[in-house]
Amino acid sequence: MSSPIVKLIAQRVALGILLLLAVSVLIFVGTNLLPGDVAQSILGQAATPVALENLRKEMGLNDPAYVRYFHWLFGILQGDLGTALTSRLDVATSIKERLWNTLFLAFWAAIISVPLAIILGLLAVRYRNGPIDKLISGFALASTSLPEFFIGYLLVFIFAVTFPILPGISTVHEGMPFLEKMKAIALPCTALTLGVLAHMMRMTRAAILNVMQSAYIETAELKGLSAFEIIRKHAFPNAIAPIINVVTINLAFLVVGVVVVEVIFVYPGMGQYLVDHVAKRDVPVVQAVGLIFAAVYIFLNVVADVASILANPRLRHPK
Amino acid sequence: MLRRIPTGALIGLIITALFFLVAIFAHVVAPYGLGEIAGGVWEPMSAKFLFGTDNLGRDLLSRMIHGAQTTILIAVLATLLSFCMGAILGFTAAVVGGWFDTLMSRFVDLLMAIPTLIFGLVVLSVLPSTLATLIIVMGVLDSTRVYRLSRAVAVDLNVMDFVEAAKLRGESKWWVIFAEILPNALSPLVSEFGLRFIYAVLFLSALSFLGLGVQPPEADWGGMVKENKDGIIFGIPAALIPAAAIAVLAISVNLVADWILNRTTDLKGGRGNG
Amino acid sequence: MAETLLDIKNLRIEATTYTPGEKPRTITIVDDVSLTLEKGKVLGLIGESGAGKSTVGLSPMCYGRGGVSITGGEVILNGRDILKQGKNGIRKLRGHEVCYVAQSAAAAFNPVQRLMDQVVEACLTHGVANRVEAERRAVSLFTKLSLPDPDNIGKRYPHQVSGGQLQRVMTAMALCPEPDLIIFDEPTTALDVTTQIDVLAAIKEAIHATGVAALYITHDLAVVAQVADDIMVLRHGKMVEKGTTQQIIKEPRESYTQALVSVHHIEHQEKQPTPKPILSVKNVTAAYGNGIVKVLKNVSVDIHPGQTLAVVGESGSGKSTLARAITGLLPPQQGEVIFDGRKLSNKLADRTKEDLRQLQMIYQMADVAMNPRHTVGTIIGRPLTFYFGLRGAERDRRVKELLEEIEMGTGFIDRYPAELSGGQKQRVCIARALAAKPKLIICDEVTSALDPLVANGILKLLLNLQEIEQVAYLFITHDIATVKSIADSIAVMYRGEVARYGAKSQVLTPQFDDYTDLLLSSVPALELGWLEKAIAGRKMAGAGN
Repeated sequence: MSSPIVKLIAQRVALGILLLLAVSVLIFVGTNLLPGDVAQSILGQAATPVALENLRKEMGLNDPAYVRYFHWLFGILQGDLGTALTSRLDVATSIKERLWNTLFLAFWAAIISVPLAIILGLLAVRYRNGPIDKLISGFALASTSLPEFFIGYLLVFIFAVTFPILPGISTVHEGMPFLEKMKAIALPCTALTLGVLAHMMRMTRAAILNVMQSAYIETAELKGLSAFEIIRKHAFPNAIAPIINVVTINLAFLVVGVVVVEVIFVYPGMGQYLVDHVAKRDVPVVQAVGLIFAAVYIFLNVVADVASILANPRLRHPK
Repeated sequence: MLRRIPTGALIGLIITALFFLVAIFAHVVAPYGLGEIAGGVWEPMSAKFLFGTDNLGRDLLSRMIHGAQTTILIAVLATLLSFCMGAILGFTAAVVGGWFDTLMSRFVDLLMAIPTLIFGLVVLSVLPSTLATLIIVMGVLDSTRVYRLSRAVAVDLNVMDFVEAAKLRGESKWWVIFAEILPNALSPLVSEFGLRFIYAVLFLSALSFLGLGVQPPEADWGGMVKENKDGIIFGIPAALIPAAAIAVLAISVNLVADWILNRTTDLKGGRGNG
Repeated sequence: MAETLLDIKNLRIEATTYTPGEKPRTITIVDDVSLTLEKGKVLGLIGESGAGKSTVGLSPMCYGRGGVSITGGEVILNGRDILKQGKNGIRKLRGHEVCYVAQSAAAAFNPVQRLMDQVVEACLTHGVANRVEAERRAVSLFTKLSLPDPDNIGKRYPHQVSGGQLQRVMTAMALCPEPDLIIFDEPTTALDVTTQIDVLAAIKEAIHATGVAALYITHDLAVVAQVADDIMVLRHGKMVEKGTTQQIIKEPRESYTQALVSVHHIEHQEKQPTPKPILSVKNVTAAYGNGIVKVLKNVSVDIHPGQTLAVVGESGSGKSTLARAITGLLPPQQGEVIFDGRKLSNKLADRTKEDLRQLQMIYQMADVAMNPRHTVGTIIGRPLTFYFGLRGAERDRRVKELLEEIEMGTGFIDRYPAELSGGQKQRVCIARALAAKPKLIICDEVTSALDPLVANGILKLLLNLQEIEQVAYLFITHDIATVKSIADSIAVMYRGEVARYGAKSQVLTPQFDDYTDLLLSSVPALELGWLEKAIAGRKMAGAGN
């Protein structure tokens, strides 16, 4: 590894951290500078001025905004995500299991969708302009147009109502046997997979096509290499970076898609938790969960960028 | 110049037009009123209730028609807002350049670092759920994408020789933007308008489905899915119908947008058929 | 009688195009082409773009680009019809019996693999040699092709060596499995002329040393005349003429070939400088990137009314930057531009409309120099409205006049640029420049993107128009032949400086400076044995120093 590449990666990571800081400011500002008195909304219209004042003091609401921001930020850095206004429970404690559940769901959706998307993308390239390619791109068009809840409820309607083989509501809890857990997440996992599959497949197709149309693939073909060798020695090493890029970007979409899917299947994850507390206008929870989602999203995007830096031969072997 | 419209695009065009007509003339077309309780709860499809009734015994078809109006109106307004903001700022950034460009582009990067739905939820947790709020939040969040596209298109065009030729001729900035750049940017932008509109419909429906978009008694498709979702588990497909309507509208617009984009690339490359 | 290696009979090649939204269409690319090639001989395939020369050239490998497939005829290589070989048979022949050298070596090498791995790959795949033997061969080929540091250059990655070197490595890659036939597909076209001569010499040397037969595809008759024993001329997918190199260049039979051979014979009488130049560039220095990258250093040239100054140089010489500095697109850091006796302000924005009108520009790529959404009428008419306020019928009348002047029919007025051919597009651009009634037109590589005959037509048109309109040209080009045909005075540019400047006869007559000598001696001449003479001359000069 040479130094310019280390420098570039360090720069990209630093930029990611900077971006995350900026996002935290944005989220804080977005939830604080808008009209509305948090103390009032907790205690209701009937609260006495004294009670309001006490609560404000207790929550530090009388401090200037930047003091509260740093207070909040340092809290988060130490693992203190604050206290939920509505339930008065510690946010970090409530989130822990839900975060785990969400990651579990997203993980399995990724395990299924990533290889599937790459295989289908490869097939589309292999049989370009043929019926398989048309079918796949038609499917992609339909799938990007379908709302997640349509796919979700259709799955429920088919697999939980018409042919009751899978649960329509995905209840999971700690200590549940693995197989039962898998059965519970089968439908939400399928819905999530279908949600990101089309997009990932389309992008994979474009990335592979781009590589396959390069002149060096023609060179390899004209050397008399077999199709397998061309892919192994020439196409794959060049396509890996764009594919990693596509995959990570789509994993980021997946993390967001989780929100709606969790609500459909009443799955006890972060998305469900976020939506509940947005409805209750529980600002500390919204801030914390929003920041976590943004962090995952930014992290995946940084990974995508680092992967493409690592794969660039010009950077790995400078002149 | 006019070519035969391919079948897919034609179907898309007709269905899209149909949806818009229904939305505009909702009050004339709908057999029942928006909140009118006309029958029993979750009645099946019949001659009287073509799509059956909903969770409160209201005619589903009528609510779908009124819902079309709300959904399409909000989506169109939000898309228009995102386009006006995004395109004007994007073009200006490309042509003016300098600190304005840098500042705008970095700010857009920042907004796009947060997933749109998450950011929408964060903002809606403190703002009241009125139509105006929804339109503004959706419009502003989506304008980031329009900004990026318009800026990219304009930057590409701005360095083309024909734009340089116009500058060398001494043409004003207005001529450069409106006579040289805009006609060439129009097709990708029109196509993008379709895609942004779909996104707005899907985004609004998702918000309403989560209970954070259009609030009752107003009806929109996402909200109707939410109202009727509990029926699914009893085998009542009422929630699937508005969801399917969203899907059909989105696919239709997608077909049209795809065709417009392909037509553009046709015009750019190679010799026409004269 | 030598043995026949390759025998192509009645070859027919078709392509299927997929336009989005339309049904796939089949078009014929090559029709009824036959050729034979003996062992150890070189056949040149020559033609303009779209002639099907690359498609024919790739047929001995049974390969078609982008939906192209061979639909008729026979391709007999070493006594067997390879079209009947089946997939495996063809694979065994590619990279073993027949090898390929592409135009752009930079794109043809896999960017993530070391050069050596790619050079020996075909040998290993076909079991021609083991790794050690193949690498030994490669190093000896690198030496033969006079690559620097032949023992170690294989350890590098493609982006770490220069374009000319990469082209030679590609030739080594093709020679490594000791094939019977090599297909060279425009191997020197992407190179600068002073690099081209070395690569050309290396290729020729290697062909002779190994005794391999070759198909040499190019659009440049002078280049192919140096390496080929026989030449076949193709046009629109059909054969025009076939003969020995001597016969094709000395006694071409067909009128098309005659036109190709005499393409650069434009009669032009050199004019004498006038006392009062129309444009004087005085000590101009210009730079990109906030003045860091200096691309023009203290450049001074004059252009006289109604005459042509040709600015010639290779890529990176700063010749196009000179145009940008004169037009004000890139304001010079130092120096001034005097136009018709008055100083032009450095910045484009500060110039008067009258200044802008009198100084027009024509670009290399005509298709991007015109707004694809405007009709020819609008494109030519806009300067008329903008500078002279012409509108309606009056404007149309003038546009039609201009269309006549550029030898195109008035019927083109409603056409869009996409409906025009390359030459027609460039003519419309010329008409647009003329519409402003300028005193000077800057022509930036205006014929480089065109086929030779079309380019020739454009040059003749420009010379005619100069007689009629008394307009001066600043003609920027990399092509010495063009310069010889049209210039009155010449400025040779090298690394941002004017290496030699003066009247044409004076610049092109010895004593030369080193660079001009190198440049002039590198331009292939349409005669047998030019390459050997040029190389020998260069060695003599080297020995003399």
